Amino acid sequence: MEDKTINILEQYPNSGNDSLIPILQEVQDAEGYISEKSVIKIGKHLDIPSSKIFGVATFYNQFRFQPLGKYHIQICRGTACHVLGSATVLSTLEKHLKLKAGETSRDGLFSIEVVACIGACGLAPVICVNGKFHAKVTDKSIIEIIENYRKENDESEK
Amino acid sequence: MKINFNIEVNNQSVEAIKGETILDALNRNGIKVPTLCHMKDFTPTGACRMCVVEDEITGKLITSCSFPVAEGMKIKTHSPKVVEARKTIVELLLSNHPDDCLYCVRNRNCELQNLSDELQVRERRIIGKKNNYNIDNSGVSIIRDPDKCILCGRCVEVCEKVMGVSAIDYVNRGSQTIIGTAFNKGLNVSSCVNCGQCIMVCPTGALTEKNHFPEIREALNDPAKTVVIQYAPAISVSLAEEFGIESGKDINGIMNSALRKIGFNRVFDTSFAADLTIMEESAELINRITNNGVLPMMTSCCPAWVKYAEEFVPEFLPNISSCKSPQQMMGSVIKNYFAKTENLKAEDIYSVSIMPCTAKKFEAQREEMTTHGISDVDAVLTTRELGQFIKLYGIDISKIEPEVADSPLGTRSTAGKIFGASGGVMEAAIRTAYYKLTGKELVKFQIPEVRGFEERKETKIKIGELEIGVAVVNGLVNAKKLLTEIKEGRTDIHFIEIMACPGGCIGGGGQHIGSNEDDLKSRMKSLYDIDTNETLKVSHKNPEIIEIYDKFLGEPLGHKSHELLHTNYDKRDVLR
Amino acid sequence: MMKAKNNDTNKGFLIDSILNNLSDKEISPSDKVKLSLIRKEKTDKPIIYIGAGTCGLAAGADQTINATKEYLISKQIDAEIIEVGCIGLCSSEPLLDVQIPGFNRISFEHVTGDKVEKILNSVFNLETPETDILGQFPKDKNQNWENVKPINEHPFFAPQKRVVLKNCGIINPVNIEQYISLGGYQGFLKTINSNSPIEVCDLIEKSGLRGRGGGGFPTGKKWKFAFNTKADQKYLICNADEGDPGAFMDRAVIEGDPHRLIEGMAVAAYGIGASKAYIYIRAEYPLAIKRLKIALDQARKYGLLGNNIFETGFDFDIKVKMGAGAFVCGEETALIHSIEGKRGMPRPRPPFPAVSGLFGKPTIINNVETLSNIPEIIARGQEWFSSIGTESSKGTKVFALSGKINLTGLVEIPMGTTIRDIIFNIAGGIKNNKKFKSVQIGGPSGGCITEANLDIQVDYESLIKVGAMMGSGGLVVMDEDNCMVDISKFFLQFIQRESCGKCIPCREGTKRMLEILESITQRPNNESPNAALERFKGILQLERLGKVIKETSLCGLGQTAPNPVLSSLKWFREEFEEHIFERKCSAGVCTELRTFKIDVDKCIGCTICAKKCPTNAIIGAKKQPHFIVEEKCIGCGTCEEVCKFDAISIS
Repeated sequence: MEDKTINILEQYPNSGNDSLIPILQEVQDAEGYISEKSVIKIGKHLDIPSSKIFGVATFYNQFRFQPLGKYHIQICRGTACHVLGSATVLSTLEKHLKLKAGETSRDGLFSIEVVACIGACGLAPVICVNGKFHAKVTDKSIIEIIENYRKENDESEK
Repeated sequence: MKINFNIEVNNQSVEAIKGETILDALNRNGIKVPTLCHMKDFTPTGACRMCVVEDEITGKLITSCSFPVAEGMKIKTHSPKVVEARKTIVELLLSNHPDDCLYCVRNRNCELQNLSDELQVRERRIIGKKNNYNIDNSGVSIIRDPDKCILCGRCVEVCEKVMGVSAIDYVNRGSQTIIGTAFNKGLNVSSCVNCGQCIMVCPTGALTEKNHFPEIREALNDPAKTVVIQYAPAISVSLAEEFGIESGKDINGIMNSALRKIGFNRVFDTSFAADLTIMEESAELINRITNNGVLPMMTSCCPAWVKYAEEFVPEFLPNISSCKSPQQMMGSVIKNYFAKTENLKAEDIYSVSIMPCTAKKFEAQREEMTTHGISDVDAVLTTRELGQFIKLYGIDISKIEPEVADSPLGTRSTAGKIFGASGGVMEAAIRTAYYKLTGKELVKFQIPEVRGFEERKETKIKIGELEIGVAVVNGLVNAKKLLTEIKEGRTDIHFIEIMACPGGCIGGGGQHIGSNEDDLKSRMKSLYDIDTNETLKVSHKNPEIIEIYDKFLGEPLGHKSHELLHTNYDKRDVLR
Repeated sequence: MMKAKNNDTNKGFLIDSILNNLSDKEISPSDKVKLSLIRKEKTDKPIIYIGAGTCGLAAGADQTINATKEYLISKQIDAEIIEVGCIGLCSSEPLLDVQIPGFNRISFEHVTGDKVEKILNSVFNLETPETDILGQFPKDKNQNWENVKPINEHPFFAPQKRVVLKNCGIINPVNIEQYISLGGYQGFLKTINSNSPIEVCDLIEKSGLRGRGGGGFPTGKKWKFAFNTKADQKYLICNADEGDPGAFMDRAVIEGDPHRLIEGMAVAAYGIGASKAYIYIRAEYPLAIKRLKIALDQARKYGLLGNNIFETGFDFDIKVKMGAGAFVCGEETALIHSIEGKRGMPRPRPPFPAVSGLFGKPTIINNVETLSNIPEIIARGQEWFSSIGTESSKGTKVFALSGKINLTGLVEIPMGTTIRDIIFNIAGGIKNNKKFKSVQIGGPSGGCITEANLDIQVDYESLIKVGAMMGSGGLVVMDEDNCMVDISKFFLQFIQRESCGKCIPCREGTKRMLEILESITQRPNNESPNAALERFKGILQLERLGKVIKETSLCGLGQTAPNPVLSSLKWFREEFEEHIFERKCSAGVCTELRTFKIDVDKCIGCTICAKKCPTNAIIGAKKQPHFIVEEKCIGCGTCEEVCKFDAISIS
């Protein structure tokens, strides 16, 4: 089987510490998350102790250590979104999916992530599902949005 | 050239040297400023903010550990603003601290406790939620309790910059930050080499050694057991500090006496086994040189180094001497030779060692360190623990008379004794190798080129027609540098002594916490004073060594030696 | 194929006749025509511009684009679709402009996919549609749309002075030709041909430009620190790690006009003597990253980046580094650590990055807005720039307006404009005619401004005077339905998540402050008689802790972290006291302080509320009215949600 991490590392010959974060980003893009095995491979390639890599990876919001759900829901918790009720949107979503932010549902369908600010404050509250934005979300519309994705998935599986 | 000028501190003029930090200037001039994250000779991290002083010109608080002195500077070190800031910081640290000082191994030797006292924290103004992290008990030598950790980062610095290991680092961010291993695994599967230097720099009880008092006490109380104890060369010159006696004072006799009063049936000196190590190791060195063996040969006395080699540089494992360390040689000799002479069964002997080292706890339980399935050494105490153990048994060391160690296995040469300092093994080995190769003793036994605290010491030694290159390094990060040079083709070195801890065992991770550079120097000086003052300066003249080869071992590298005193190591897979 | 060839012709023309011909010599009439075509002032076929910045896409611009494409195909109209950045009026997204040969460009708002057909139908019939018109862009010799106001008379745009945002939403962000044709990169080339680096630093210093990232340090002065440090290598870093929740101007500038930033960086690098630069940009801005990379490639192809730029001997190139999500990396030393591949934890200064920064080399870090001001200053001179603004703060400032106002988005106003003008004139006042409460400015480092201070003129000093700060320019407006205790808590939660954890005051101190605020917004069961007093003591600790955190924290994040709380506490102390003593939140935001009551007349005793109550606080027999045991209730509101008979309400 092809090793995605190794393929990525081959793009970074003779690299130093400053390539660590770009490599982690690419590995996560390719594999969905940062696995222990990847960390060890990256460490060998860059000659960085795995504790340091883990230290770096746990410092930044972007990196995760378990796979995401099929639908990755990012909820913006920036100021503008908060002022317009994103806390309620989040709690409704958590209740609806019986899932806490940072978790993935058991069926692997949904995961929730809280993000600092997507930068679409003018259209707050904003959520982003697999890169697609939804603006001016309310505690009512969030359920609709999620159920549409569930339907989309059910149909694709038929 | 040093450029000096004056700065104003608390309305008084104080001399400062261009380029130094405010903290250095203050300390030199007798002004103490509290610190937590600061470590001498390390780049200041500015994490703890305890060392803030007030810049009178801007009215701002600045960290004295990182801020360079400047002409015209006016500072206040204990203004109300400064004191309030420092006190609040300590209160913040206390606000979610476990508060179990009375039960903490660092009680009365804790920097946080001291600061709280110095700053007169007398009421609980800030109450925080406790963290309740899990204690990492997985390691053989070291226990981590993240709840007590104040995240000063000193352990991380030492592990990386002195040891080159980086088993631990900061994990997570913000108030979730902890010091942890990769993937928050236990220390046992990490690359930790158990050197214990992290414990030495930990201001609180977040890092401690694993304690074996109950097992030892049980053995002492078991009439069927013969409980024997050995102590490493560095112990007798280090133990004094545990009792507030001047550093470096050699209290070997008193220690012997105290150990007997506790109830140990035999008191042996590991320095004897150091002499034995020299017999074997110098023979091995000669053998490697004359028979085109793998060179450079590297010492194997330091278990932290051995584990480091297994993990990080397994390609050098064939270079490592096959000799067991003195602790393990002694252990093996006790359970085989001593048992035989005393008509005891090995399993009826409980063998304890006192080491200035936490890695020795790891070494003692290694699979290689057994004979016929029986551990050579059953339990290891650090210097610190010995101090506690003596107190536990109510022994007032100021009132007891010195005694000598038991014989055999209690007589040593000074060559065995200087093992405790970086360069000591090298010097002792050269003394005996010289004799074995030339049939003559060295005219001058001292080899000053390999003594001292420098990170690396190199010299050439002429032994008859032969000139050998030797190197002595302490601090594993320095070992790494030297090994890289060798990998890149250096061939002029034949014998390398590697000790993980700065200064060698006298600076070991099991030593008194809170000692400074001068204390370490005193310990080293004390060892070399013994070497100067005593007459038995070479291992091969130690009468008990001669006796054990006559009666039991035969000859160095002989069959019996191989069975009991030698071993080898394999590559070790850890999370690194 | 034709298109590529066409572009190449333009490239030759632009390089030879424009970029290599920087004297003020009159260009030939035929070249003028060519230029106006590249500028899109004139067009020979219809052009449809669609605002496709992140905000536009969030509002549905992708559907608008698809609908437009379908429309053009079905009507067999040969027209060009250009995806532009954001013009700033987010609340009117999706925006669609149409430019028909010979006519002014006309702009429409709220053009969701379903409206495309109707609007395009009337425009192509040269009829002015009835609704959704934003305005038109008048140009000489073009025909006007009747009854359509020029866009610069729109109340949102009229008071603005657009320097940094000049091209945003107007031009094609990934078309270097258009940027050059509008004067782009000419200032840069003039500078490296005829000015010495120190002259550049001088010019910027004299212009009065100050850092737009928060601190407001004079930019030219900062450059001189690096200029005066001798080193074999220096670096320029553009800080595009816009982490401040509520600010998005950097994103909009990069999405809408990336070449402006690149040109600004090139000038800055020349001034300080850097040959390498990084743009450190949030990974959360994928579109900006994409456009930036395209723009950088274009600039390289034109020889505007690379070795020996236009044979001047100046070497310069830019790398894009993606941040990985850490607000603290907006701090200079943390950002440097992050580029170096380390945890983004700040280090003590001195040494300052200008002396020892990235990889130990002198490094200047400027933010996107600061650097995007440079091309215009170079082109129009320091006097022009310093004529805008107030005594201490020159030029314009971009603000990101959001929250409870009618119009949201980006505005660029001259320094010195009043906050009241921004909120009530430009942004059209408070939504739904609610009462204004405060405006949070400067994000987690800033503070709030109340009615009493609305008439202050925006500049660095005046904002600090009222306990706020410029920060990166996020303006979040709050109305009577917002609770200031909740807002304070929100910012502390943010800081808690984003503190690097290195220094004790910030790590532990902000945590304790948050815990104190939580204690006053939570309803504990079995409250002891002096609990209110304890909470009040907490408030006192809040102020003391805040002071120490500000004075002792290692970096700017910690040094400003208590600001939002201290500011709210200063202006809205009575709201805190209400929470503490009356255990009440007038705005109804702090849900745990709500008390619920059951209307006995409506309750039929179905027991569903009792079953769902997480704390068993509801009692009552089947088919009998139920009651809430207040001591047990945590105010979660589950009972209200599940009651099918509207029997439960907030009392």
